[in-house]
Amino acid sequence: MNKNDNKQQHNVTQEMADIELIIGKIMRIGVIIAAAVMLIGLIMLLITGNGGYYANSYPTTLTAIWHGLFLGRPFAYMMAGTFLLILTPVLRVIVSIYAFFVEKDMLYVVITTTVLLILVVSFIIGHN
Amino acid sequence: MLHTALLMFLVGVFAGTLGAILGIGGGMIITPIVTLAMGLDIKYAIGASIIAVIATSSGATIAYLRDDVLNLRVAMFLEIATTIGAIIGALLTGAMSPAVLYFLFGSLLVFSSWNMVRKLRAGKEVLHESQPDKWAEFFKLNSSYYDKNLHKQVDYQVKNIPAGLSIMFGAGLASGMLGIGSGAFKVMAMDNAMHMPLKPSSATSNLMMGVTAAASATVYFFNGSIKPFIAVPLSLGILVGAAIGSRVMQHLPSRVIRMIFIPILLYLGLQMIFKAFGVTI
Repeated sequence: MNKNDNKQQHNVTQEMADIELIIGKIMRIGVIIAAAVMLIGLIMLLITGNGGYYANSYPTTLTAIWHGLFLGRPFAYMMAGTFLLILTPVLRVIVSIYAFFVEKDMLYVVITTTVLLILVVSFIIGHN
Repeated sequence: MLHTALLMFLVGVFAGTLGAILGIGGGMIITPIVTLAMGLDIKYAIGASIIAVIATSSGATIAYLRDDVLNLRVAMFLEIATTIGAIIGALLTGAMSPAVLYFLFGSLLVFSSWNMVRKLRAGKEVLHESQPDKWAEFFKLNSSYYDKNLHKQVDYQVKNIPAGLSIMFGAGLASGMLGIGSGAFKVMAMDNAMHMPLKPSSATSNLMMGVTAAASATVYFFNGSIKPFIAVPLSLGILVGAAIGSRVMQHLPSRVIRMIFIPILLYLGLQMIFKAFGVTI
């Protein structure tokens, strides 16, 4: 490896470090929110002793979960937190696109956007 | 009820720690506990496993990012191949005999555990070539990380990008067709094929497996496979475990991580080969 390569590699590394710090902070907030909602639901469940739904069932549609949140049902909070957790990797892809954009790395803006689009496609296929 | 919650939390801490160190999901730990110890249907075990993968990934990546071991470009670059493979796999379900696939991918894992043994013996962790790989240069995949065990910055190169992409595509195909996790294949593609050092490989695999799992997780979420009473204490435990595991991993010598990896890859591989012949272990 010659000197030029070394320098180039160093610059790329430094840029990545900046990006990763921003992404890390956003991700941390996302994960903490998801964990907090799950924890609230779990504590409510342990205190009240039941999930708030008939025959130990639980809500599986977003509308039902949303409704359950206002009624203070433990399982609704637990499912909401779980759903937020599922969204955290998607959040990571989205903030990565932004970060590459700030870094003016258009090649990786395209690559990461492609990943997001494929995720959306698989989401749609999965629901049919 | 407190009993079950506590059990799931502790299982989560264990699975999360191991998963974050190795860069694989905790499915192989969680599935037997949920099905055998708790007597739940395999459907709920798959639901729990997929949530476990996401929790491991999200829990671990927070620490990894700050510590700069992860290679985000490699992650996104390879992720294209995996997710396309997963979609095609899901569409092709039934087009190929699962037995053949299990045998094929099981053999790959056994082969890669043998490769790990060879690498362990050779003791050579980092690739340095005078002529950097053209693909790696173009896609800016060569990088560096700070190794907390060696106490130094390690510059590394990667090579065999087409081979890495093919394995990732195959891993996606397998996970789409068979519904299995692909963390072990991800590490294999980076460590075995692309010659990336083990720590960045497992950290990068961790990020990728969360993204891959998120796509199918919504399906399991809406069809009711994810039981809140199992998933929530498990996830909380995993988040704690993954945060611990990712810290521990950075201080471990790569040799030690490799030594934990070899029997696990061998076990996963043999399990799949046995499954091809209709034997479940």
